[in-house]
Amino acid sequence: MKYEAVIGLEVHAQMLTDSKIFCGCSTKFGSEPNTQTCPVCIGMPGALPVLNKRALEFAIRTGLATNCKISNYSRFARKNYFYPDLPKGYQISQYELPICEHGYIEIVVDSEIKKIGITRIHMEEDAGKNIHEGAGNYSFVDLNRAGVPLMEIVSEPDIRTPKEAAEYMKKLRAILRCLGVCDGNMEQGSLRCDANVSIRPVGQKEYSIRAEVKNINSFKFVEKALEYEIKRQIKVVEEGRKVIQETRLWDSDKGVTESMRSKEEAHDYRYFPEPDLVPITVEQEWIDEINASLPELPDAKSKRFVSEYGLPEYDADLLTSEKTLAEWFEAAVEAGGQPKAVANWIMGELTKLLNEENKSIEECQLKPKQLAEMLKLMDKGTISGKIAKAVFEEMYRTGKDAETIVKEKGLVQISDELAIEKAIDEVISKNPKEVERFKAGDEKLLGFFVGQIMKLTKGKANPQIVNEMLRKKLL
Amino acid sequence: MELYRLSISEAKELLDKRKITAKELLNSIYQRIESVDSKVKAFVTLSKEKAYEMADASQKQIDEGRSLPLHGIPVAIKDNMCTKGIRTTCSSKILADFIPPYESAVTSRLNENGYVLIGKTNLDEFAMGSSTENSGFFTTRNPWDIERIPGGSSGGSAAAVAADECIAALGSDTGGSIRQPAALCGVVGLKPTYGRVSRYGLVAFASSLDQIGPITKNVKDSAILLNIISGKDPFDSTSAPVAVPDFTKVLGNEIEGLKIGIPKEYFIKGMDREIEESVKTAIKKLESLGAIPVEISLPHTEYAVATYYVLATSEASSNLARYDGVKYGFRAAGKDLMEMYMNTRAQGFGAEVKRRIILGTYALSSGYYDAYYKKAQQARTLIKTDFEKAFNSVDMIVTPTSPTAAFKSGEKTEDPLQMYLSDIFTISINLAGIPAISLPCGFTSNNLPIGLQIIGKHFDEESILKAAYAYEQSTDWHKRKPNL
Ligand SMILES: [Zn+2]
Repeated sequence: MKYEAVIGLEVHAQMLTDSKIFCGCSTKFGSEPNTQTCPVCIGMPGALPVLNKRALEFAIRTGLATNCKISNYSRFARKNYFYPDLPKGYQISQYELPICEHGYIEIVVDSEIKKIGITRIHMEEDAGKNIHEGAGNYSFVDLNRAGVPLMEIVSEPDIRTPKEAAEYMKKLRAILRCLGVCDGNMEQGSLRCDANVSIRPVGQKEYSIRAEVKNINSFKFVEKALEYEIKRQIKVVEEGRKVIQETRLWDSDKGVTESMRSKEEAHDYRYFPEPDLVPITVEQEWIDEINASLPELPDAKSKRFVSEYGLPEYDADLLTSEKTLAEWFEAAVEAGGQPKAVANWIMGELTKLLNEENKSIEECQLKPKQLAEMLKLMDKGTISGKIAKAVFEEMYRTGKDAETIVKEKGLVQISDELAIEKAIDEVISKNPKEVERFKAGDEKLLGFFVGQIMKLTKGKANPQIVNEMLRKKLL
Repeated sequence: MELYRLSISEAKELLDKRKITAKELLNSIYQRIESVDSKVKAFVTLSKEKAYEMADASQKQIDEGRSLPLHGIPVAIKDNMCTKGIRTTCSSKILADFIPPYESAVTSRLNENGYVLIGKTNLDEFAMGSSTENSGFFTTRNPWDIERIPGGSSGGSAAAVAADECIAALGSDTGGSIRQPAALCGVVGLKPTYGRVSRYGLVAFASSLDQIGPITKNVKDSAILLNIISGKDPFDSTSAPVAVPDFTKVLGNEIEGLKIGIPKEYFIKGMDREIEESVKTAIKKLESLGAIPVEISLPHTEYAVATYYVLATSEASSNLARYDGVKYGFRAAGKDLMEMYMNTRAQGFGAEVKRRIILGTYALSSGYYDAYYKKAQQARTLIKTDFEKAFNSVDMIVTPTSPTAAFKSGEKTEDPLQMYLSDIFTISINLAGIPAISLPCGFTSNNLPIGLQIIGKHFDEESILKAAYAYEQSTDWHKRKPNL
């Protein structure tokens, strides 16, 4: 039997506000344990929450960017459970009336556009962190993260393949980063993804029992974890057993999902409206204002890159997946770079160099204008493509202009035919056997001669001229 | 002169005229505490050292002519309001050694106005109860008869005021916890409109019902304290951005023509005869002062106690989850986390608190939520609407505060339901979020005080203070003192 998967994703995105959602404490990452706390976020008796308006604005921005309906009236609820990292014994979240509902985002899979529904986006506070290392029989609790604002973005079960799930995550991340509401870093936990997964025979309309997969803590594991879980469920069904409703943890070392707790052990969170906070009423005027202030979103930008710069869709999607990448591209084009050439250099050399150092484009000392100027030198024939690679890398490392590097290293391309002829003659006279074989029809040896000539000229000879002259001489 | 007998306004006058010093007044209060508190047992903690510092600072301001409304005034605070550096226990073992690192909004405001904190008063554990018998430490006694309870949960504050162990006090009222002990101790207790006073730093029992208010020797003092503690607080989202008038301004105004509603549901067959008579006599008195009694109906009154005990316990079950032994307060040993949780809460909380946590947890559980919590919210709306309708035709409502006078210690502890009925006349007011004041209106044949409750419209504390003051000034009940 053929099966298809039904996948819904619950994404937790840490908001990039300066202060926590219900108190004034800083949200900065990596401080000494329990230094960014106050009576409110450590749950002192009598302390009360006050909503950070910025967090509300961020949630609304995200809702608008994902085509959601923004609720004019919404409210917080308490989710009750005991855990040491949860200082009040309940998490302030939203339950019945979330701030955003009924949205969607579009993804492209196999050149087809697919809409993935967004059920809801709600605001909540993060918990602290339990630390088990170095504590003997005890555990430590760090509450710096307690009260950091989160958005939970819940998708409809519209996703059918791990690939679609990965595309959805990429698109969502691009949107969040473009809006500046979340840094989208899965490894650091500022973007977390839980997946509800079930399988059903192709053609069946009803949903089957699903499992929740948690702890997918890296982009590269989204597909892997889902592929594993789908295979597992198919195997369970084919062996005549039943998939049970349970929570499973992805173990990236073993590459498997493992059962954490079943439905019978599931918590009863006893949600009820948070009496310490008044319901949130949002004026339409404010929503309109936020809407007007939204930046150009990745989808719109990608379409524009295709029409305005004549880029292939693939390039446009890639360049617009990061706001800063797109800005870099546009700045280079603005400075006179030919768009497709600029795109190629960004997607090729620049990305390679950044990845090697695990750097983002903001940390790069090479400026867009410098790439544009290097491209001009290539156009003029001052440097060859091969030299350009070296020049580019030097620009990237030192931040110097292409022209300076070319001058300092004497990398100007030799287009002088006399100089090239001299080099050709030298190579021919040194390699009589190869010349014989070439003349006898071994055409492949042309590359050998070119290589030798380039070596002799330290790569500066204009390869086009070398090719032409070499053929004339040898034939 | 027995300085401890003074009211706020009397003491203030003597202090400002430099007839007495803040220290003399404080000495007198502590001497009084020394001589009577072994009988009354109103205080959990005395903050003597701090009090003398505050009195000195007050005196300096007075001497320099910068006297503020509470400079030099010794005030007792119910022990569920956080006082920075001073133990705040909620009369619970689980917080027996808890010293707050921060100050509650109300005590900050009192501070800004120069008050002198003399100590923290006893209550039913986490304000759950009507007699202080649920205190995790000891039961406070009624100064009028130390065999009897002072009411609760603010029993310590009410008893301290009645016994002249302080000049005034603050209490908190979730279902009657200011008014019922005030009535039983023969003093004045005011529960302001929900949202009038910040709850920041008040250890929560039921967040949507809790409200802090003054317990005082007379109505004027109540208005003076209300002036200071009222107003929007940016740290309490549920505090209301409503203008705060000078509540003392209306005192002495005529009540001619005021319509006072008499709800028939509050005068029922079988109610205590002496209470009924006193309250009816008080209504006659108000009538003689020009008020017009109007019979009204609050038809959903009978659902109030049940509604209250679903909502208050639901909120409490969640509010008290933070006492888990992890961060502060009492922690019992256990072989693992779960056992530590269970031992801490089993040993740290008293029976009534546990009963309410279990009730509330049950009411919020999936499968029961609709039948209990949601239904209770609907009933709450009906009760609120009752009052809104009534206030279309009357300016205020007058009822007894408590169905009985002070009862004997141990009389009702075996039967929680009987105890819950102590708040039958006060609970609806919290559910509706409106203000009400209790003031003395007579004594039983056993010489026990009886309280009159005057209920007002949302944010109309002025009207009930005005009426209460007019009544008080035409009677002598507030001048009687217990023999201690
Ligand atoms: Zn904080």
